Amino acid sequence: MTTLSQAPALPAPPTLLRPQAVAPVPKRQRLLLPGLVFLLLAAVVIGAGAGALSIPVPALLGILLHKLGLTTSLAFEPQQEAVLWAIRLPRVCLGVLVGAALGLAGTSMQGLFRNPLADAGLIGISSGASLAAVATIVLDVKLMALLTSWGPLREWLGFYLLPLVAFAGACGTTFLVYRISREGGRTVVATMLLVGIAINALAGACTGLLTYVATDEQLRSITFWGLGSLGGASWPTVLRLLPFLLFPLLLLPRLGKPLNLLALGEEQAAHLGLPVNSLKRQLIGLSTLAVGASVAVVGSIGFLGLLVPHLIRIVAGPDNRRVLPGSALGGAAVLVLADTLARTLVAPAELPIGILTALLGAPTFLWILLRQRKLRRA
Amino acid sequence: MFTCENLTYQTGRKILLQQISLRARPGELLAVVGANGAGKSTLLRLLSGDLLPTSGCVQFQGRPLAAHSPAALAKGRAILTQHHLLALDFPVAELVMMGRYPHFLGQPTPTDHWIVEAALNTVGLSALAGRSYPTLSGGEQQRAQLARVLAQVWEAPNGFLLLDEPLTGLDLHHQHHTLAIARGLVARGFGVIAVLHDLNLAAQYADRVLLLHHGQGLAYGTPGQVLTCESIHRAFQLEVQLLQHPGLGCPLIVPCPRIVR
Repeated sequence: MTTLSQAPALPAPPTLLRPQAVAPVPKRQRLLLPGLVFLLLAAVVIGAGAGALSIPVPALLGILLHKLGLTTSLAFEPQQEAVLWAIRLPRVCLGVLVGAALGLAGTSMQGLFRNPLADAGLIGISSGASLAAVATIVLDVKLMALLTSWGPLREWLGFYLLPLVAFAGACGTTFLVYRISREGGRTVVATMLLVGIAINALAGACTGLLTYVATDEQLRSITFWGLGSLGGASWPTVLRLLPFLLFPLLLLPRLGKPLNLLALGEEQAAHLGLPVNSLKRQLIGLSTLAVGASVAVVGSIGFLGLLVPHLIRIVAGPDNRRVLPGSALGGAAVLVLADTLARTLVAPAELPIGILTALLGAPTFLWILLRQRKLRRA
Repeated sequence: MFTCENLTYQTGRKILLQQISLRARPGELLAVVGANGAGKSTLLRLLSGDLLPTSGCVQFQGRPLAAHSPAALAKGRAILTQHHLLALDFPVAELVMMGRYPHFLGQPTPTDHWIVEAALNTVGLSALAGRSYPTLSGGEQQRAQLARVLAQVWEAPNGFLLLDEPLTGLDLHHQHHTLAIARGLVARGFGVIAVLHDLNLAAQYADRVLLLHHGQGLAYGTPGQVLTCESIHRAFQLEVQLLQHPGLGCPLIVPCPRIVR
């Protein structure tokens, strides 16, 4: 009441507006998304072209235009067309979809738990999906006998059963982890990671138990879940996955602003008008949908969801409006490239892609950690 | 305007706040003072809607808190909390821009950029706009957060600012500067509710003071009415003497603890 004279005058917004930002976005951050689009295109061309039968770029273009009903002078052989259309292209599409989904889910989880070490694997999404998928494979006989009593249901379920079941498993474990780590309406991050470890161990033990009672043929299928592979790609696989990934791929990239606010803390975000609980449900639901369905179709692919957002943040900074779309594009490019390596390195055999992503991902992750430590010291 | 009637908050058997009634008007700075654990932060968290009262009700602009949408509340009042958790290395300007997030869809408008610049200027951090938040000192981080809440309600008519111990970690100059900013807002028709520890600062800057003691309102009124030797002794178990501030005329509290040296 007595110090009004000291008060700095707070001016109202002027009518003459200055359009420039206080701290303009650095060039490398602005160029990130165009750069990633280019990288993804390059990855797709390499992924579609490389292999036992190489398809050079002109032939690639010629085949695609031919499929669109255009006649061009670009020459290609019928064999190239068959390989590209039936094998390479669905595989590349699957890689793009799954890579984008895993990258987005990783960023979302790291934003949700406000912890750069969180990923879909740590909180049980992958292990839950794997457990459910393995259980479906092993208990297939009885379950199917039950369901085949009604024809139309069997036909529909035959197509969607595994993604549905894996999704349900992923939801189950994630919900458990989320519920147990809530204290007085708040999710406690440290508890969450510990609960995640416990639930992962439990799901792993159950998966082990099922492996123990599985037949040889079932064991082969189960091994596939542990290592992951895009080898089973065909147009029906892509179509089967698409409805599950459509919502996460379209909706998650729009959550950049809310995720930024969440970085301030849940209370602070709520003070800024963010419906925190509904955002959490969206993030968990969409991530579970993305990872659960991906794991169901290609098995569990480690490190991608953890690594890609970190790499993007090194270039783009922490702003989730750039990191989310960046992780989608980057995840897609990395998975397509990794898959190309997986099937060409030891050709004609194929490396399981889960092994490859972990082999490449773990050292890269360590390098990031060491680099950040060095930057902090500097 | 914030009003609460017979506000009580209880966790388990412990009553943290009992029968608090107050009316915080626009154009007024209300200081909430009291000893540690007296319920100051609990009161602020009830007013901000983080906690739901066990009984009684909080009204903002004449309607119960729950009747406002979170988005509408975000445009009408901002809260500076005691603890800040931000670990990601956002630039200071983007942190302050987050205060504008409720106001724009998609990309910030030129007005938003202008307000961010003005808010940073107000707290004296313009030079650090491009710096990464975690590299700031504790006091600078506190001021950056203040700029964020200022930006949030910058052009709100009759906006409210709730400040929970806004002076923690600030040097003498910035303690006074922060309260001077609050006075500037009050002069523009804002209402400010601030939890303060320094009774002399409360006496100098506040229009009204609420003194809490064990969750109950011990005294509520102008600084001269509330900050008496008796009430301070009851609330803090500390002997004090009151002088008159040589320049401002408000009460000046001088602690006289009975310690033999």
